[in-house]
Amino acid sequence: MTATPAKAPEPAAPPAPGPGPTSRPAKTPHGHRRLLTRRDRITLGLMAGVPTILHVTLVWLTALASIALAFTTWDGIGFGSIKWVGLQNFRELFTSNPQFWPAVEHNVIWFVVLILLPTPFGLFLAVQLDKKIRFSRVYQTAFFLPVVMSLAVIGFVWQLIYNPDTGLINSLIGANKPGHYIDWIGDPDLNLWAVLVAASWRHAGYMMILYLAGLKGVDPALREASALDGASEWQTFKNVIFPTLRPTNTVVLVVTIIEALRAFDLVFVFNKGAQGTELLSILVTNNIIGESSRIGYGSAIAVVLLVISLAVIIPYLIATFRKERRA
Amino acid sequence: MSTLSAPRKQRTPIRPARVLLHTFLVVTALAWLAPLLWALLAAMRPYAETSDKGYVSWPDKLTFDNFTNAFQQSDMLHYFGNTLLIAVPAVLLTLLLSSMVAFYVSRFDFRVNLFLLLVFTAGNLLPQQVIITPLYRLYLLIDLPGITMSGKLYDSALGLVLIHVAFQSGFCAFVLSNYMRSLPHELTEAALVDGASVWRLYWQIVLPLCKPAMAALATLLSIWIYNDFFWAIVLISTGENMPITSALNNLSGQYFTDPNLVAAGALLTAIPTLIVYFALQRQFVSGLTLGANKG
Repeated sequence: MTATPAKAPEPAAPPAPGPGPTSRPAKTPHGHRRLLTRRDRITLGLMAGVPTILHVTLVWLTALASIALAFTTWDGIGFGSIKWVGLQNFRELFTSNPQFWPAVEHNVIWFVVLILLPTPFGLFLAVQLDKKIRFSRVYQTAFFLPVVMSLAVIGFVWQLIYNPDTGLINSLIGANKPGHYIDWIGDPDLNLWAVLVAASWRHAGYMMILYLAGLKGVDPALREASALDGASEWQTFKNVIFPTLRPTNTVVLVVTIIEALRAFDLVFVFNKGAQGTELLSILVTNNIIGESSRIGYGSAIAVVLLVISLAVIIPYLIATFRKERRA
Repeated sequence: MSTLSAPRKQRTPIRPARVLLHTFLVVTALAWLAPLLWALLAAMRPYAETSDKGYVSWPDKLTFDNFTNAFQQSDMLHYFGNTLLIAVPAVLLTLLLSSMVAFYVSRFDFRVNLFLLLVFTAGNLLPQQVIITPLYRLYLLIDLPGITMSGKLYDSALGLVLIHVAFQSGFCAFVLSNYMRSLPHELTEAALVDGASVWRLYWQIVLPLCKPAMAALATLLSIWIYNDFFWAIVLISTGENMPITSALNNLSGQYFTDPNLVAAGALLTAIPTLIVYFALQRQFVSGLTLGANKG
């Protein structure tokens, strides 16, 4: 869809009767449209149309183009070389690409680690910081600082820690001499976990802020009632606070899945997704900025990423917007 | 963000549980800052000293030499300038365009509203790699002789601005439409009855009321766009045109033999975001949770 021309006026909702405008429930459809002049309609059309054209062209049409290109081969030089090959790219991807399944697996591991370690830890920190303690702001800042920084910068900072020669870890455990090196970034059995430590370091602060915002919305009366009933801190959290955090948990889950699918910067800075740290995002990118320009093939990987993403995004949006309609 | 509330003034008696909690928080917070402090320590030591004594050693002297060297040798000012050239128009345009969409969607009951908002919101949630391949080809196709240095949309600041605006307006439209929906309808209805144009409604009534949300989003967008690495890595090919974060990638390739210099460069790159964060902490955090709290 592109422009969104204002439609012919439909019979608008009857003007809300009743005592006064203040008592009107927000749900009543507002009768603005009847009052719009022709010029207003054009203005409105432009106001919605220009941003929509930009967004749809650069985001959605390119996503659709990815789907179309996934069924072709193309060297990128002129349109003449575009050739329809059906499912061949996917067949090759699923059966004979040595990097594809590891990448899928790593994306899954990425999500599982983020949701199991830094997310609960962020929640734990948020619960502690929500206790109205002194210096709360200082602690929050310390945990939150990594979220403010670029993931690329974070990658450089952690390289200083993982460097086999000069890094903090190897220096501390005496593995920085030739023959004793532990190559945290180069070793395919270690590097994914090394990157995940850095990713978790950042993710915990992010989750802490989301949960702090969620906790702020918890009715203090609930807490008091629970305390009066003699519930312990843990019981209160488990039976009273946590269930009320449901909306936050949904957001946290979606944010974490999307972060896991989007993961790119850290790994690219670390080792460009060489052995051990392959990710779907990295495979797509390597098809563009690497030497090979296999556009159809790269698009096929992007389509896999797109399908997984939409499987998360669509149910989430349906739930969100349904709620909004009701609200 | 939880703020310290007023009645906290009186001193509460010291309780063991509180002492334990503070101990835990101090230790954890220090552990959290450790990577950054380690980078800072490395950046402040001369390479000769660390290569001689090892990195885990007591520093003889601490200097800012690495910072000045990284700043000058890599021409960092130039790259900061590039970032500014991309981020400022991108943030302003995103806010302008997304607020217009939000106004359309939230203040009128057209049939397409819900669908339109869905399109924008979902677009922002897609991983960037899903669209990059065709986008890259598209950018190479679009000729802009005389408008951009490269003569194309590819490898130009304009190209980065456009994709940032297109991508980020999804999130901003969603947040702003929620915000605008919470403004009473009587406000605009009365003005409309009095014959005000929709543009006046938007520009003079609705937009000024959205200032808090706009400020929060502006802070968030500045940091996001400043921190962008991916778009710049793929859509910019000339080193000269790169914004600072991706230029750092080149710098580190150049100076990989001197980790102290790289540490200094990385920390310098992070400084503007840290300044924005410390100055506008409240806006930043409320921006982050504006979108999230709705779910």
